[in-house]
Amino acid sequence: MKNFEHVDARSLAEASRLLTEKPSVAIAGGQDLLCMMKDGLLEPARVVNLKSIPGLSRIVYDEAKGLSIGALVTLSELEEHPAVRQLYPAIAQAAGLVGSPQIRNLGTAGGNLCQKPRCWYYRGHFPCLRRGGDYCSAAAGQNRYHCILGGDPCYMVHPSDLAVPLVAFGARVEIAGPKGRRSVPLEEFYIPPRVDVTRETILRPGEVVTAIVVPPARGRISAFVKFAERGAWDFAVASVAVVVQKGEDGKLMGGRVVLGGVAPVPWLAPKASEALTGSELSEAAFGRIAELALEGAQPLAQNGYKVPLTKSLVRKALRMAVNA
Amino acid sequence: MAEGKGGVSRRGFLKGFGTGVVGAAVAAKVRLGEAAPQTSPGWDGKVPVVLRVNGKEYRLLLEPRTTLVRAIREHLGLTGTKVVCDRGECGGCTVLMDNKPVYSCQVLAVEAQGHEITTIEGLVQAEELDPIQKAFVEHDAMQCGFCTPGQIMAAKGLLLKNPSPTREEILRGMSGNLCRCAAYPGILRAVESLAKKAQG
Repeated sequence: MKNFEHVDARSLAEASRLLTEKPSVAIAGGQDLLCMMKDGLLEPARVVNLKSIPGLSRIVYDEAKGLSIGALVTLSELEEHPAVRQLYPAIAQAAGLVGSPQIRNLGTAGGNLCQKPRCWYYRGHFPCLRRGGDYCSAAAGQNRYHCILGGDPCYMVHPSDLAVPLVAFGARVEIAGPKGRRSVPLEEFYIPPRVDVTRETILRPGEVVTAIVVPPARGRISAFVKFAERGAWDFAVASVAVVVQKGEDGKLMGGRVVLGGVAPVPWLAPKASEALTGSELSEAAFGRIAELALEGAQPLAQNGYKVPLTKSLVRKALRMAVNA
Repeated sequence: MAEGKGGVSRRGFLKGFGTGVVGAAVAAKVRLGEAAPQTSPGWDGKVPVVLRVNGKEYRLLLEPRTTLVRAIREHLGLTGTKVVCDRGECGGCTVLMDNKPVYSCQVLAVEAQGHEITTIEGLVQAEELDPIQKAFVEHDAMQCGFCTPGQIMAAKGLLLKNPSPTREEILRGMSGNLCRCAAYPGILRAVESLAKKAQG
């Protein structure tokens, strides 16, 4: 890791200024950032500490406004928060499945959403479009962990577990930067490779995530399931979050099906989400939703297994949500 | 350093063997004494850092890129904490920060300021091993022993938060620590023995 200047920001305005004066990165929990720096993938002249800014580490639940998760809330705090566990179980489940206890004790909600790709060609200094190379090494390389949806020209998968249920709940990201504040739906926070292969998020220089705001739960039920090769401390091979409402007629209504680990961004499956409305609580109905969720999947040479795997996770998530 | 009481420790011998290393250590100490308070990096890129480790305060001059584990091992000489993967994947560097287990390779030393750090050396009270250390010995919870300090600190953190964890909770609480010798059954027995004691 190259040496750098380390500055504690005292306010969001100061952080924005510090971040734009010279090549800089913002540090929250540092659980991904320090790996990027140790691997020489980021070599900032300055590291701006966000943990010194007051007011960014609160979880606030309000029945009318919903859930506000400060960017510096740790994954442990999120997982253990009573209101999150009770009203947004998929969010608590996802937070609790990130990395290991040590990572969850330092890793933050904001940082989890801003993780860099885990593709081994990206991290391993191989030719990589995302790092300015001429081609994607994964396209014809070792691609068993790569994407089956939304790839081309880059076949990374988005590494965040937390983003999957947050998109399913319709969360928004609050951002502060040199030009003031803005708020965007989380699904619009991520940039698909077809739009810009060199950027993962819409964050502009000097901008930082300040909070994640989740709409009121209002009786919605949810579940998150994650499949990984190891039982602990592993990234998702595939994951699914389901948020839905049970109608009085015993059928489902409204809601979203979101897939993780299978696309370069958290993958909101529109047809499957629409099909939730009016769906019966039967295995056959869940099977149809799973088929729709994976519609259009284009596996690479080594990752065809992700299609049936993810379908079964969709069915499992639906069962978990309605039986909770 | 609590080492080599009435004898020559392996590490002490290795250290003494390289006179260059000793010379460097002395030079660092001299500079440390002269350090004036400063907020921006000096000509050598170093900044003053105050760490509280095992209840003691240490004033150091470190490059901002220095991770907590490097500060603990190379600047404080507390070498019980190990660097293994250096990427937050194996748990060998686990220490407690405000009583919570963290990977000390994934923390910048400058950002550990203001927190209470506990390393494996901090568990021994007046020559008496911590109950977790005793349990690891009693239950044969190691083979080569290299991951053991990290395992013990992870167990300490788990038990501080949850004095009577279930088997499931122990497996989850210890899931951030790898043991390449696969002494997992012994580790589980050791932590379970303490959980049972806590339950009555």
